[in-house]
Amino acid sequence: MKKYVRGLAIVGAVTLAVAACGSKPAEDSAGGSANKDFKACMVSDSGGFDDKSFNQTSYAGLQAAVKDKGLTEVKAESKSDNDYPTNMTAMVQAGCKVIVSVGFKLEDATDKAAQANPDIKFAIVDSAPAKPITNVKPLGFNTAQSSFQAGYLAAAMSKSGKVGTFGGIKIPPVTIFMDGFAEGVRYYNTQKSKNVQVLGWDDAKQSGLFTGDFEDKAKGQNTAQNLITQGADIIFPVAGPAGLGGLQAAKASNGKVNAIWVDTDGCESAAEYCSVLITSVKKGMDVAVQDAIVSVVDNKFDNSQFIGTLENGGTSLAPFHEFDSKVPAELKSELDQIKADIVSGKITIASKAQPKAS
Amino acid sequence: MSNDTATEPEQSPAPASPVKEPAASGLPSWAVQGLVSLSAIVLALVVGAILIIVGDDEVKAAVGYFGAAPLDTLSAAATAVGEAYKALAVGALGGMNPIAESLTQATPLICGGLAVSLAFRTGLFNIGAQGQLIIGAILAAYVGFAWHLPPVLHLVLAVVAGLIGGAIWGGVVGLLKARTGAHEVIVTIMLNYVAIYLLQWLLTTTTFKRPGREDPISPIVDPNAQYPQFGDTRLHIGFLLALLAAVFVWWLLNRSTIGFELRAVGANADASRTAGMSVGRAYIIAMVVAGALAGLAGTQQVLGTDLPLTDGVAATVGFDAITVALLGRGTPLGTVLAGLLFGALNAGGLQMQLQTQTPLTLTTVLQAVIVLFVAAPALVRSVFRFLPKERGIGAVLAKGWNG
Repeated sequence: MKKYVRGLAIVGAVTLAVAACGSKPAEDSAGGSANKDFKACMVSDSGGFDDKSFNQTSYAGLQAAVKDKGLTEVKAESKSDNDYPTNMTAMVQAGCKVIVSVGFKLEDATDKAAQANPDIKFAIVDSAPAKPITNVKPLGFNTAQSSFQAGYLAAAMSKSGKVGTFGGIKIPPVTIFMDGFAEGVRYYNTQKSKNVQVLGWDDAKQSGLFTGDFEDKAKGQNTAQNLITQGADIIFPVAGPAGLGGLQAAKASNGKVNAIWVDTDGCESAAEYCSVLITSVKKGMDVAVQDAIVSVVDNKFDNSQFIGTLENGGTSLAPFHEFDSKVPAELKSELDQIKADIVSGKITIASKAQPKAS
Repeated sequence: MSNDTATEPEQSPAPASPVKEPAASGLPSWAVQGLVSLSAIVLALVVGAILIIVGDDEVKAAVGYFGAAPLDTLSAAATAVGEAYKALAVGALGGMNPIAESLTQATPLICGGLAVSLAFRTGLFNIGAQGQLIIGAILAAYVGFAWHLPPVLHLVLAVVAGLIGGAIWGGVVGLLKARTGAHEVIVTIMLNYVAIYLLQWLLTTTTFKRPGREDPISPIVDPNAQYPQFGDTRLHIGFLLALLAAVFVWWLLNRSTIGFELRAVGANADASRTAGMSVGRAYIIAMVVAGALAGLAGTQQVLGTDLPLTDGVAATVGFDAITVALLGRGTPLGTVLAGLLFGALNAGGLQMQLQTQTPLTLTTVLQAVIVLFVAAPALVRSVFRFLPKERGIGAVLAKGWNG
């Protein structure tokens, strides 16, 4: 028994020592609480809000909207696919004015809740109801467009004539990047009469390299290493956190291999790998989510599908950061030309994974 | 041999312990086990409370000026824990809907837990409930959305398809173990991978993909193939099936000739072989039935709760089932109770997150800690000195590994 008492005493003493400084802050009233009664809500998919990928980025959009408009934030994380209907019901009962659901897996639960609660507005990331519903706004992203630029850039920057890509799981929000990348490389080949190869994805056959999940970094590293061994000197990992393993493999090559990141600007979200990142393909989920929520607050909600494109900035290439001096000015202007051509429709992208306009 | 099974007392599968164990307390062993489980739950709640306190922002803020107003820290801590656990309890038990939700969450856990328990009792460590569940869900969902049949018939066929799917996936393990001696732990783990990748592949085929969509998601099953639900809740008659399954497992283990052989093999395979029983046959039967039980859990996922077939259809039910079976100590009644507890924790956890923004993973921690303490009764006894000694589940577990 003595042992416990002594242990308690030590813990208590340490706590006191640590906590002795500091004084109680005065009660301060929260500023900017104009719409405290307005509950903006979000349900994650089974990846959770800390997935360093689309749940997290979407959540950043919710936070931005809450801060901007002084709303009350309610979020429900789903641990498994079982939780979607339950979480959606709970959000409706919590009195949410707008509910954002993240990912195609929540489509059924969202549609059902939307039809049962016509007064609540919904937005869903990376999916769209089969038939438009008056209070559901689908948020899609045509990342094939910016990945097309990334493919062209990679092909131009490759010294070995081989570039590689791999995905997490073979689903459209992943393969859309790989499709665009492969098409961009092919465009470079036809423009410059070169023969740069894409390893890890065959967009005609729709088959390629996948790690099998979005979590396993070691698998991401192995997969990237595999591509490097086959001669790829630019890696384009589309696998969320597992893709970080790919960046690790690139970094370990001491400058021989570089990479292009996806979803967010890698130099901000994974700054330790900035030295190997030529650029990133940004998917502006945060902005889209924020705009959708703000539109509800301002009574300007409509259910037309939002598609993030190069034209509206919903997807784009991030700055080159440390590669700014290594990317030739001529190449930069070619990329701008490609952007203009995609926007004008002069270049068409074939990927079937592109969100269809409704 | 078969004549005396009906009169065989409950504790017969462990003939290796002739002396009555909990001599000191005078309590029956089930009461001791119950006490240990309860103590484990209490301890887990304490650990959870510490985590809530450490993670709570207001407590952190109050600790910053602990010296100035120490009571603030204490009251902030008490409030954080109190509110979180209150939300947990209300979310699990506070009214008809929460209770229905708890039972819904418990349903597949009970069936999966029974699949693991039955194998435990036969001396097999069935890590493969996840794979068996997935195959059951695939077949049940396919029959559910691809066929269009009249009510009742459609549901029955879909459920049977799920049972068969699970039974095949489990039976393969039993067969390999019986014929080649392949260790069931390795085989079941590998078959889990086969099942999940098979599912992921199937979801890319036009047969399983929902028309008009590129996502790997199947259509929802026909209404005729869905378990009828109770009122507006998500609770469906799959729950009653789970209870029936528990009764069946109890009958099988304690009242049937086959069950006697299963328990005998589980207690001592060599002795059973010497006594003239077919150990291989027992392994095959146990794994077929266990697989079917896991398959039943699979049907509850796709036919019960409005969920389409996705790569996450099994969630972590097959693995949670192992902890449920451990907590339930390999008995049907214990498994049902453990399944109910975990179902309540899952349902309450969602509410706790919603109301107090306590991360959902806390309930996972609670479940893990409960099982940790249950699996290590000595640890619990070192905290709660009054608990009498017991013959723990260790015997069952060790047998599972040595098979």
